[in-house]
Amino acid sequence: MERIPILRMGRLLLVTIQVDMHDRLAMTLQDDLTNRIVTDRATGVLIDISALDIVDSFIGRMISNTAAMAKILDARTVLVGMQPAVAITLVELGLTLEGVSTALNVELGIKLLEKGNR
Amino acid sequence: MTPAQGEAIVLPLKTDEDVVRLRKQVREDLIAIGFGLVEQTKVVTAASELARNVLRYGGGGEAHIEHIFDGSRRGLAMSFIDQGPGIPDIALALTDGYTSGGGLGLGLSGAKRLSDEFEIDTTPGKGTTVKIAKWKQF
Repeated sequence: MERIPILRMGRLLLVTIQVDMHDRLAMTLQDDLTNRIVTDRATGVLIDISALDIVDSFIGRMISNTAAMAKILDARTVLVGMQPAVAITLVELGLTLEGVSTALNVELGIKLLEKGNR
Repeated sequence: MTPAQGEAIVLPLKTDEDVVRLRKQVREDLIAIGFGLVEQTKVVTAASELARNVLRYGGGGEAHIEHIFDGSRRGLAMSFIDQGPGIPDIALALTDGYTSGGGLGLGLSGAKRLSDEFEIDTTPGKGTTVKIAKWKQF
């Protein structure tokens, strides 16, 4: 079965989405991430979407839900690398990604997560 | 003046993968017409929302993509067609946050905001066609 790989770096999980995901693949990623937070005892999740040229309401919901589930499991989620055109479109679409922290790139995202853990 | 239309490309919308194929095709057409990155992103996103509606609420269907011309203007028109249950209350369906199927309720209203032209033709029990168009700005 097709899957998006999840990398572990210490207590952080890193996902780089590099394919145009269909909806089932997005749901699989949400489930996988939630499970890995528990099995890897992760305290932070970084979702890198710099390679995505669109985020529609379904992917947006998957990201919000993942962040909400992570929060309940005592992990913080940072969404990194959103392209400007995607941000413009998301706002016009009406999606505000409430409760999701963002950073411009992976490096800044890691800093944000480390700051929160001190 | 009725805009002239080219030949439509017809794509099936039966599976999740079809939605990905549609996004790719729409992107290619927008690039061919010369749309900028932000406009491309908006239209591909609108197309993705409407294609998902065909799949989730209409039980599958198809998309027609056509290049449109109006004098010196060029654009892209897309129709999303299903033979599903139809939309009983269009005004309600276009309300931000309203959903009949567990989504975010942004698909129709969001697609409308992201397009220049937006039309819904729906008959309860017969199906729904949503048509959007985007014109290239000079």
